Amino acid sequence: MRYLPLTRADRAAMLDTIGASSVDELYCDVPDGALLDAPVDLPSHLGEMQVERDMMALAAKNMGASSVPSFLGAGAYRHHVPATVDYVIQRGEFLTAYTPYQPEIAQGTLQYLFEFQTQVASITGMDVANASMWDGATSCAEAVLMACRATRRKKAVLSGGLHPHYREVTETYCQYSDTEVAGRDGHPEHQATAEELNDLIDDQTACVVVQYPDVFGRIQDHTQLADLCHAKGALLVVVFTEAVAFGAVKSPGSFGADIVCGEGQSIGNALNYGGPYVGLFATTQKLVRQMPGRLCGETVDQDGKRGFVLTLSTREQHIRREKATSNICTNSGLCSLAFTVHMSLLGEDGYRRLATLNHENACKAADAIDAVEGASVVNDSFFNEFTVKLSKPAAEVVEALVAKGVLAGVPLSRLYPNRSDLDNYLLVAVTETNTDEDIAALASALKEALA
Amino acid sequence: MTFTTHTGNRGLVLEEQLIFEQGQPGRTGVDLPEPKGTKSRLGGLDRDSDVGLPGLSEPQVVRHFTRLSQKNYGIDAGFFPLGSCTMKHNPRLNEKVARLPGLADLHPMQPESTVQGALELIDQCAHWLLVLTGMPAVSMSPAAGAQGELCGMMAIRAALDARGENRRRVLVPESAHGTNPATAAACGFTVDSIPATEDGRVDLTAFEAKLGDDVAGIMLTNPNTCGLFERDVRKIADLVHEAGGYFYCDGANFNAIVGRVRPADLGIDAMHINLHKTFSTPHGGGGPGSGPVVFSEALAPFAPIPYVVKKGDGFHLVETADEEDGMKPFGRLKGFHGQMGMFIRALTYMKSHGADGLRQASGDAVLNANYLLARLKDKLSVAFPGYCMHEALFDDGFLKDTGVSTLDLAKAIIDEGFHPMTMYFPLVVHGALLIEPTETETKESIDQFCDAILSLVAKAESGDAEFFKNAPYLTPRRRLDETAAARKPVLRWKPETA
Repeated sequence: MRYLPLTRADRAAMLDTIGASSVDELYCDVPDGALLDAPVDLPSHLGEMQVERDMMALAAKNMGASSVPSFLGAGAYRHHVPATVDYVIQRGEFLTAYTPYQPEIAQGTLQYLFEFQTQVASITGMDVANASMWDGATSCAEAVLMACRATRRKKAVLSGGLHPHYREVTETYCQYSDTEVAGRDGHPEHQATAEELNDLIDDQTACVVVQYPDVFGRIQDHTQLADLCHAKGALLVVVFTEAVAFGAVKSPGSFGADIVCGEGQSIGNALNYGGPYVGLFATTQKLVRQMPGRLCGETVDQDGKRGFVLTLSTREQHIRREKATSNICTNSGLCSLAFTVHMSLLGEDGYRRLATLNHENACKAADAIDAVEGASVVNDSFFNEFTVKLSKPAAEVVEALVAKGVLAGVPLSRLYPNRSDLDNYLLVAVTETNTDEDIAALASALKEALA
Repeated sequence: MTFTTHTGNRGLVLEEQLIFEQGQPGRTGVDLPEPKGTKSRLGGLDRDSDVGLPGLSEPQVVRHFTRLSQKNYGIDAGFFPLGSCTMKHNPRLNEKVARLPGLADLHPMQPESTVQGALELIDQCAHWLLVLTGMPAVSMSPAAGAQGELCGMMAIRAALDARGENRRRVLVPESAHGTNPATAAACGFTVDSIPATEDGRVDLTAFEAKLGDDVAGIMLTNPNTCGLFERDVRKIADLVHEAGGYFYCDGANFNAIVGRVRPADLGIDAMHINLHKTFSTPHGGGGPGSGPVVFSEALAPFAPIPYVVKKGDGFHLVETADEEDGMKPFGRLKGFHGQMGMFIRALTYMKSHGADGLRQASGDAVLNANYLLARLKDKLSVAFPGYCMHEALFDDGFLKDTGVSTLDLAKAIIDEGFHPMTMYFPLVVHGALLIEPTETETKESIDQFCDAILSLVAKAESGDAEFFKNAPYLTPRRRLDETAAARKPVLRWKPETA
């Protein structure tokens, strides 16, 4: 077998050194009858070519998002990833390293984590960021738990504009820690105001969680909400699913947010059918010791040279065990590297321009869709994603458009299966990858489907 | 010969500034079309200040990250016997397959009809895990091993709630990974430690004495973190079940037994599998991981959404809690449907090895560890008697009176060109050294490592503690001041203010 170097002679010599008669003897502590004497009922080994053929056959049963005009978003976005990104993350020194426990031989990982933390803090407008979380949804849940620790309160108010998966994950994380999760259902044609959310804040409220831009694509200023939260001793958590947006809109930090977290997939990472992605997590200097996850910090070595180490680990499970700030162990190392490389390539000009192009394309698509009879864009504001009201159930329209070779968007019924009032709404995302021809194809297919 | 260079570089060891210190306004590493100047619809919230990102060209970025990579030690470079982490070879085929456009370029919200191959792939991966563990159900959604633990313990909590029982105490051996108690606490359980016996296993008498009608279950790693098989595992399972609790098995060390022992035959109720450890998905400098959890019949109904089911000729993704009769999911753990990119790599690996190869792999892992143990046992102090599983554990008794600590020895090992073993874990052993060679190492590389360790031990015994205190000498950076880093944390770059 190509991954196993031991020869029959090696094995015999090694058993001899050990003083055992067989490998089975090494398993002598396994209870009677539990040690199998033959392989389990699964296929035998295959050569590289055969495996590749098998996996390609599975791949061929899918419709790749880039093989057709595609407008899906709702928390995962198709962006162009420069070739350099994949080259860097496939370097064995990054791919096959582990958590940098030995900083003397892990400065590569540690330095990029420091750069990653700086990039995340910069785009969110916050003081500090951690070395990444698993994804946007788990970051949101961890932010709520962190707010509860920091305020010693036990209630979170979630805005109706929060992605339903983020809400479900937060509810799941909170259900066994006596943390109450409150909030109203969202609607694409009604946006909760700061005052409405303020009514839900009481003296047990640890935080209010809003999404920016929200799940329906709307952009709202949360400065007033931040003030209202702070007046009642609660924190404002701003969640995002599209990290490109901050190249075009004001940062959540500028509103006075206390925790900003969300999904970093858009920068550097492929769609991957939903994972692995990379959770971004930023906060204020004041709250840094309440943060979950790994943190990389600057220091000096024995010769006085600048270097980097994992730090503030007394928050973490391997030291604090049941008193840790989270049970998280690893982060999304390689995905955060992809983010860092892509962001380094973009730089200030590229990041801002990428965001502008996304927005301009979305404006173009919104106008094209609005011109279709039976379809109307409901958003007053949006970045690269907006909600469209259709004259027919959106799920049916999406299926009809698959037949025409267009991935039209995400029907809200997929995200809100128990909300029949949302059946006719379609969420459409448009990025720099969408061409004018894509937009024309979407509009014309919609026109046929709605006729 | 030591001398300082003008640049601070030392031959191939190149100093590298932060990207923030290299940027120039106007430089970029991407060529994007000129915007048309469309009137914005951003709700009046157009960004009105700089983000603060540096501008670098593509060649600068490539060189920057190439230089950084050269300051890292990886499996591709050499022997990486980091115990409990399983740093085995990461096949490049896995990476190639994971990048096939028909797999990597799928949006998680595409209509089911357009992703049948993806759902079939998840189902196949699940099938392999079920057959290898002998268990009836699996949840593929956990993002990593630690979230797998959360998944298993939440299922236990949900099952207890469904029984109307208020059991809150979870028994966790002292030797457990820190994630175990942290996970139990996150599910609202209290943690009660079980001591270990002199031979490194759960103290059965102490365990039995702790059982009661408030016990929710036990979290037991098997093979355990001392690298030993819990020979009383079935008795433990029976006792916890008789007491009305559940058996959560931490599957971190499944790689030692895969294809040879099915956890189902040991009486477990739930177990996570770290795909990066047993099934070779890359560690990536700390993730991304993936931690599918297998369940017994008793816990299967409580598995989280989403999950894949066969439907007619195809596959269907169940995304709502109330869709299927008899299922009572405890919730959702993650956005979308789990770590697809990792399922692809793990399935590619499993197909490559096959049932026969996986069995050979676990056998070779155990053989390599026992060979290393045999080679070192006379000079190092073995923590517990008998054969080990996939990793060998030593305490620091052999360093007594040398003035050299486990940490010092590990740093000297770095200069010899190896990644050190795991140090100071598990906590039940003083100054622990946990060494896991994995099955993908040659006998020659294990011999070279053992010879190097033995020479260092001889050096320590000769009274040269000062040499060890200052190691490593030959690395891009010497020992780093971790105390200073924690005392006044600098967690990001900031422009120098004039």
